[in-house]
Amino acid sequence: MTVPPGGLTERVRGGRVRHRSPLLLWGPAAVVVTAMLLPLAYLVVRALEGGWEKVAEVVFDGETLAVLGRSVLLAGTVTAASVAIAVPLAWLTARTDLPGRTVWAVLAALPLVVPSYVGGFVLVSALGPRGMLQGFLEPLGVERLPEIYGFPGAALALTLFTYPYVFLTARGALRRMDPAMEEAARSLGSGAWETFFRVTLPQLRPAVMAGALLVALYALSDFGVVSLLQYDSFSAEIYLQYRSAFDRTPAAILALMLVVLTIAVLLVEGRTRGRGRYHGSSVARPPSTVTLGRWRWPALLLCGGVVVLALAAPVGVLVYWLVRGLAEGEPLRPLWTAAWSSVYASVLAAGLTVLAAFPVAILSVRFRGKASGLVERTTYLGYALPGIVLALSLVYFGANYAPWAYQTLGLLVFAYAVHFLPQAVGAIRSGLLQVRPSVEEAARGLGRGPLRVAATVTAPLASAGITAGAALVFLTTMKELPATLLLGPTGFETLATRIWSATSEAFFARAAAPALLLILLSAVPMYLLVIRERVK
Amino acid sequence: MRLYSPGRLWVLVALLAFTMLVAACGEPPPDQASQKGGQADGAPSGESTMEETTSEETTAQEPLTPGEDSLVVYSGRSEELVGPVFEQFEERSGIDVQVRYGETAELAATIIEEGENSPADLFFAQDPGALGALDDEGRLTELPDEVLDRVPAPFRADDGDWIGTSGRARVVAYNTEELSEGDLPDSIFDFTDPEWEGRIGWAPTNGSFQAFVTALRVLEGEDRAGEWLEGVQANNPMVYPDNLTAVEGVASGEVDVAFVNHYYLFQVIEEQGEDIPVRNYYLKDGDPGALVLAAGAGILDSAENPQAAEEFLEYTLSEEAQQYFADETHEYPLIKGVEIDEELPPLSEIQSPKVDLSNLDDLGGTLNLLQETGVL
Repeated sequence: MTVPPGGLTERVRGGRVRHRSPLLLWGPAAVVVTAMLLPLAYLVVRALEGGWEKVAEVVFDGETLAVLGRSVLLAGTVTAASVAIAVPLAWLTARTDLPGRTVWAVLAALPLVVPSYVGGFVLVSALGPRGMLQGFLEPLGVERLPEIYGFPGAALALTLFTYPYVFLTARGALRRMDPAMEEAARSLGSGAWETFFRVTLPQLRPAVMAGALLVALYALSDFGVVSLLQYDSFSAEIYLQYRSAFDRTPAAILALMLVVLTIAVLLVEGRTRGRGRYHGSSVARPPSTVTLGRWRWPALLLCGGVVVLALAAPVGVLVYWLVRGLAEGEPLRPLWTAAWSSVYASVLAAGLTVLAAFPVAILSVRFRGKASGLVERTTYLGYALPGIVLALSLVYFGANYAPWAYQTLGLLVFAYAVHFLPQAVGAIRSGLLQVRPSVEEAARGLGRGPLRVAATVTAPLASAGITAGAALVFLTTMKELPATLLLGPTGFETLATRIWSATSEAFFARAAAPALLLILLSAVPMYLLVIRERVK
Repeated sequence: MRLYSPGRLWVLVALLAFTMLVAACGEPPPDQASQKGGQADGAPSGESTMEETTSEETTAQEPLTPGEDSLVVYSGRSEELVGPVFEQFEERSGIDVQVRYGETAELAATIIEEGENSPADLFFAQDPGALGALDDEGRLTELPDEVLDRVPAPFRADDGDWIGTSGRARVVAYNTEELSEGDLPDSIFDFTDPEWEGRIGWAPTNGSFQAFVTALRVLEGEDRAGEWLEGVQANNPMVYPDNLTAVEGVASGEVDVAFVNHYYLFQVIEEQGEDIPVRNYYLKDGDPGALVLAAGAGILDSAENPQAAEEFLEYTLSEEAQQYFADETHEYPLIKGVEIDEELPPLSEIQSPKVDLSNLDDLGGTLNLLQETGVL
């Protein structure tokens, strides 16, 4: 049986009380869209340099299409696997009496802070055919582990380091979900499983989709993992073009194809997003806790397994490198400047991105329509582009049209915002979706101006979404590399650039300290993010 | 609903912190007239912040002062290796050096995108391919003879637009417990023999390996190069992510030989001691496998301070800097009269093939070949 959508949880469609034309929102939104279109404009200019024949030649090359297919396969697999891992973990840590569930929640979210170029590398050295794991297993007669290079390794690595996107959004939604509907379903005779699949999961869908979209686009644009694990994906192809041919036309054409693919993904996501808007009832109360009983052991095994693979293994290998390096007299170099630069730039990026995301999110939630939907989707374009493409496009615009801003912290922070905007938009959107518009309307009715309502009513109520968005941007900026190298002020050093500098010359012991510090510093906001959910 | 949730406080604190940071970042220097940007609202605030920051104080880092006594270098060679050279040069010359580190190819692409507005004076590259590409775009200027003459002909551009600063030889690292020098063949082509089945290690994603394959194509033709790749591939080589792990693989006996650059041996010796059973073997008779590559540098046509760039090149080719390369990075010095590690055969004794390093810029063709043969 189905639970009727009315009553306990209000399902609101369309009709909003529109006080005035929201020019206050459209102005900033137009600025944001313009910023998002900069890299695109650059790509079009570069792609057309060789004429349309060149475009056709690259696009219709059989090899290009094969690589595109491989990328779609990879992104699809990684997304499906991430959802499959993240949703059960989210449910276990949010809704059950799993022992130590807050700790598990923090641990399960942390793999997000492991940079993919570190994670991929560690995976190769740990799980390679004659890697560390094989070393442990050698006494048992294991001579060689199966080949990790190629699709399986790339899919595994990407899944392990991106599933937290889904975990965080799903867990947040589970915790904020009004339990009334589930209770009604149970009281009307639905079993636990039926309730989960027919009541909980549909309510969870927008959150899971938001996370899954970030995972899919990350998998499409990531270069670190696919290059280390030698999977010939589309982004790897784009990097190879930049690396090898020094001819930017084919690279630009390929990047534009990636943009088209992103738009296709966004359209698919738009169709499945659903029209439902779930606002909790006025009296929020914590959802009920499921007693696991004997199921506690397999549940712990699942959490433990994921955390060991995605977090303990990389951290363990880093610690091993660090200790080995120190034992051999490798000096521990001061990292404070780099750490401060990382944190400083990431805080600025998080702030700017949230400010830019706020109007877009309000538009897309409160003033739904074709135009606002388009604005929201546009923000994903920067995220879907490989970092090097985005960085070079801003190099072009910066050096030629804004030399006063070129190679300043300002332009770098701007690049971060263009790159990571959708993370903040998505998080703030889901925060806003859970705020009843009637509260804002009441405030307007009582005579407050729109800006004051946004600042004093909407923002505080959507604070969970805003903090989540800011934290996500902070975390991803901490590990960002290509834009930092090319666009930062000359001599600007972050933890990420330190790691890169050491690993590029295979000085693993020197890379270990900044990598561990990066993970440690990122763990703080992640901890606050997860703990905050609990307080609520 | 609760009006005073703990969340509200947190957001306020975060907003406050952010505002303060923006303010601090955009603070005009005291001697400048007041007017500071207002509270941020959306993307434009970022731009206004930028405007303020650039006017005087560029970043939290030391301010960038383009002028007579500063040199801007884009370095594709990592700070770990060449950082001390820059520091030494600053000390000796009194010229302030600003270095942007990055991947060689990405920096080359950046310079091309920047066009005439490039802040860079000098491009310091990991491999001659990227220098050749910049040269093709007409972005490098001819170096004076007194700089060019310090380095033997194979290690500088024919048109004098770039110059090698240190050399790196391709070698076969072999396990000394399994093999002696006498067991090793003269030519890289002999490794396609089935007797090497399961005994070879390589790192096909490595830039120097790919430069070697490019040289193989230039010297022997596409077909022979393809045959060699397929032949080695048929021997089931162990794939390593980089040269260092390949040498470690040889040391631990995982494989008997690996095709690598000569200096990784020294890195492994430093880490694991002299007794480690791995040494370098140099192929003979001008074999492509005995290729000697060069890291190099060129001065940009848009350089604001070519004089300082030239001084820097002179310094890198001085005995002091060349000795540093020999001692610390274990690369080959390219000028005469510098002592090298006694483990190393002198550059003049390596029977390397005759190939113009400027011609090794067709990496695209090499990558295609590596993909066609299933190596990548």
